[in-house]
Formats: sequence, structure tokens, C-alpha cells
Amino acid sequence: MTNPSLATDIAGRRVPGLGGFNLTVLKLEVRRLTRNRRTMIFAIAFPVFFFLLFGLSQNYDKLRAGHGNVSAFVMISLALYGGVISTTFGGAMVSIERAQGWSRQLRLTPLSPVAYIVIKVLTALVLGATSVAAVYIVGAVTGKASMSVGLWIGTGLSVWIGSLLFAAFGLFLGYLLPAENAMQFLGMILALLSFAGGLFIPVSQYPVPVQDVAKWTPLYGLNQLVHTPLLGNGVDWTWVVNVLAWLVIFTGGAIWRFRKDTARV
Amino acid sequence: MTQTSTSGATPAAGVAPKAVQLTGVHKHFGHVHAVNGVDLELSSGEIVAILGPNGAGKTSTIDIILGLSQADVGRVKVFGMEPRQAINRGLVSAVMQTGGLLKDLTVAETVEYTASLFASSQDVRNVLSQAGITEIADRRVGKCSGGEQQRLRFALALLSNPELLVLDEPTTGMDVEGRRGFWATIRKDAEQGRTVLFATHYLEEADDYADRIVLLRHGQIVADGTSSQIKAMSVGRTVRATLPGATEALLANMPGAETVEVRGETVFVQSRDSDATARYLLTQTAARDLEITARGIEDAFIALTGDTESEATTTGALR
Repeated sequence: MTNPSLATDIAGRRVPGLGGFNLTVLKLEVRRLTRNRRTMIFAIAFPVFFFLLFGLSQNYDKLRAGHGNVSAFVMISLALYGGVISTTFGGAMVSIERAQGWSRQLRLTPLSPVAYIVIKVLTALVLGATSVAAVYIVGAVTGKASMSVGLWIGTGLSVWIGSLLFAAFGLFLGYLLPAENAMQFLGMILALLSFAGGLFIPVSQYPVPVQDVAKWTPLYGLNQLVHTPLLGNGVDWTWVVNVLAWLVIFTGGAIWRFRKDTARV
Repeated sequence: MTQTSTSGATPAAGVAPKAVQLTGVHKHFGHVHAVNGVDLELSSGEIVAILGPNGAGKTSTIDIILGLSQADVGRVKVFGMEPRQAINRGLVSAVMQTGGLLKDLTVAETVEYTASLFASSQDVRNVLSQAGITEIADRRVGKCSGGEQQRLRFALALLSNPELLVLDEPTTGMDVEGRRGFWATIRKDAEQGRTVLFATHYLEEADDYADRIVLLRHGQIVADGTSSQIKAMSVGRTVRATLPGATEALLANMPGAETVEVRGETVFVQSRDSDATARYLLTQTAARDLEITARGIEDAFIALTGDTESEATTTGALR
């Protein structure tokens, strides 16, 4: 009945490094995300389409905006729109995984909860980079957006890194919201936040009471900051406070729900 | 029958620790005392069934062994370590009842994903073929039938070549054929020294496939032993014989007899010692056509878990 080789076998068993994190999983997670047609339409097709619609109109290539033109300004806005949709959806995939019982299945593997979150965030960032790149490539190919090479790279990276804020948002809501309609709900919320943050229409064009509210919303500060290199108008400290405050709220919320979740499963 | 634990002892080098060692484990959910002082030890290579009606604490106990939930009180060791440590080393794996799969991955991708999480794992292609799912490797999990998904779960559980395999109601929803095939595989597997712990409310399944049965009731172990030991615990056997002119009063002091019932010329004796009862009837009386019947595991189960509701569930499960 007893197995003589067992003792040696136990001693020979190893724990994987990095809490089980590895590139195979990252590759499969990215593949999953690209398989979701709705996600791809929201994260890549929509921002590109909106740029073609709004970024190339009239004389936007002639109108200057800081160190570039208005077409470039709109391109940055829509890249940010795509970026935050990507990272939000990437983060919110945890809701589907919880609903399908996959999170529980993963608890039976060496994958550590922290490594799992890191994988989710990196997956979100890969999709975010694709979104930003798609808008920027279309911007470059259509030839109207104009700014220095340094600004193309600088604003692109700011948008991409800034969209990380919404990976935390997606994780938080993914843990908070039930099941699979989380995605539809998030699509709507993000559209609203984009309007409020001035991604589609500059906030300065809203009535003053609306402006006052809009300045507190989570995309406002980020949107202002990613345009700063182009406009060269300096950083307003309230934008930084806005971004940091929402970062604390989203990350704190995600950690709170995540802790509850790991205790329960 | 419950072994005394060598509690506190860390396994010495070269000595195989117990596969599972639960000592005084309690778990509450609100007012429900789901696990109420369980002591349980599994040695390696054993096939053990946790049997009990719904709500007896089977799944709670399994979750604690797997580290999916924490015991409120008590000590939990799996191969001498914390459950999480055992899982991190691929020593333990489990097949759960439902869910646990991503619909948008293919079968092969699911296996590849899981395999990549372990420090070392079996070859993906081998595992696919062992589980008989090579031909559906490229199919999306969401498009697989219930049976195919169950085979995939089983494949995932074998990836790390675990020393302990835990199965929670593994054959729910399978037909008789499927169940038989499943257990044949598990049996073959256990012969190579793997410990298997499964929860079930199918009495027959525990009776047919487990070396040892642990009977749970209200979160407590009410019996722990081999199938025949459990059966013997439901006190005694029934001795039946034809005896013209018998009266209950005349036979009341027969050796071993618990109760005596006379229906016409037939005598029914519930006996603690059926040999003595039979010897007495055949030698001291004119009894003939004597029959001795053991009570089934179902009687034992009902006697030991003895709730009206549990009787209803278990008889239901038997049909």
C-alpha cells in the first residue's frame, strides 16, 4: 500500500519561479482577448473609425495646436480612448473568469494570485499598445496629423502608460460586477467618461456647471496630461491630483475586492 | 478505526508522510457548523470515499484539504505541509464537479496553459491522448459536451503527476458505462501509488471502488473503515426460518437475538450473532429452510447517518 518512492518524490518536487508567471500564459491570454470580437471592435475599430471621422475633417491639418496640429491633438485623444477601453476590458476579464469558475481552477495550480493579476495587467497593456499603435499608424498613413517625431513617440508612450490607470479600473469593476454583461456596462461607462473627460469634445465647450463636474471625472486629468507635450502649456497640478486620486481609488478598490475574492474561493 | 495521529511530528527524511492529515478540524459558515471536529488520515496509495448525504460537509472538508478554504480550528497537513505548499509543488490536484474551464480557449490551449504553471509537468500531447481528447484538441471548450469537458478536467488534474488526486462527485451526470470506464482508469492509476480521495453520495460507487469509506454526518465522521466493516456496523444480520408452532415468547431468549417476529410459520430474527442463532434454531428446534441475510451498505448508511431527510436523498441517489 505504501509507496517507497514517495518520500524522494516529494523532496524532488519544485515550486515554479515567479509565482507561476510565464510567457506561455501571457501569449494565450492575449490570444483569448483577440478572439473576442466585441473587444476588438471596441478597442481597435472604434477609435480608428472615430479618428477617420473626426480627426481628418475640414482644415484640422492647417489649424495649429501647440507644437503640432489639431489632427494630431484628436489622434492623441482617440488613442487614449482606445487605450483605456483595452486596459479596462483586459482587467475586467476577471469577471468572466470568476463566473466560469476558472479563478477557482487556478487556485489548484501553483499560480499565485499576484502573478495572476500581473498577467491580467500585462495582457491589458498588450491590447492597449495595439489600440494606440492602430490609431497612430492610421494617423501617420493618412498624413494629416503633424508633430515632431519626438512627440509622436512621447505622446504615444504617455497614452499607453496612462491607460494603465484603467487596468486597475477594469480589475476593480471586474471583481465588483457580476458575470458577463460587465463588458457591455463598461463600454457605456467608458463612453460617458470619455465625454466627461474631454476626449471627444473639449471640456471648455461645455456649459460651466458641466465643466465643473467634468473636471472631477477619471479621464479628465489623464486626457489633459497626455496632451501636455503637444500643447506645451505646462502641467496644472489639479490634473496630477485627479490622476493620482483615481489611481488610489481604483487600485484600492481592486485590492479590496481581490482580497475578498481570494478569501472566499 | 480512526487512527491515532502522530500529531506535530514533521516527517523524517526518507519517511513518506501521510497524504492527508486532518486533526480536530472545524469550519463554520454563519450558524452552520459544516465541519465539526474531523480527524482524518490518508496513507499513500489508498482509495478513500467520503460518503454522506447532501450537506454532510463533504465539499467543505475537501475544500479545506485543497486549501480553497481555511479551517476555523484544527490542523491541516498534506504530505506534511500546508495545502497551498503541496499544490505549489504539484503534489495535489483535483477534479471539481462543474465549471472551472474557459470557454474561449481550445482544449489543447487549456492543457498548455495549465501545464505552463507547474515547475514540471507531463507532456501535453501525452496527457491529451491519455484522456482520449486528442481528436478534439483544437475545439473550443465552450463547444465541447459535458463528458468531453469532464475528460479535459481529468487531463488537467493529471498534468502535474499528482501524488494525491481529489475528486468531488466525479461521475455526476455520467451514464453507467461512462462511470465504469472512469473508475477503471482511476483504479489503474492508483495501482501506481497515487492516493485518491473522492466525495460521493452514490453508495454503490463508494462500495465498489473505495478501499476505505469515511461516512460523514452533520460535519462529523460517524464511521471509517472498509466497506465490509461499515456494513458490519449496522448491527447484525437477519435469520429467517420456517418453524411450525413457533411463538415469539418461546424464542425470545434465543442466543444473539435482538428481535423476534413470527408471521404464520415463518420466524424472522434480527441477530447480533447469526451463527449462534442459526445453530440454536437448527439444533434445538424443528426449524428448517434457514436463511441468513446480511444487511446492505444502504442499511448501514441509513442506520449511521439516520436522518429522515438523508434517507430520502440516499435512496433517491441509489435508484
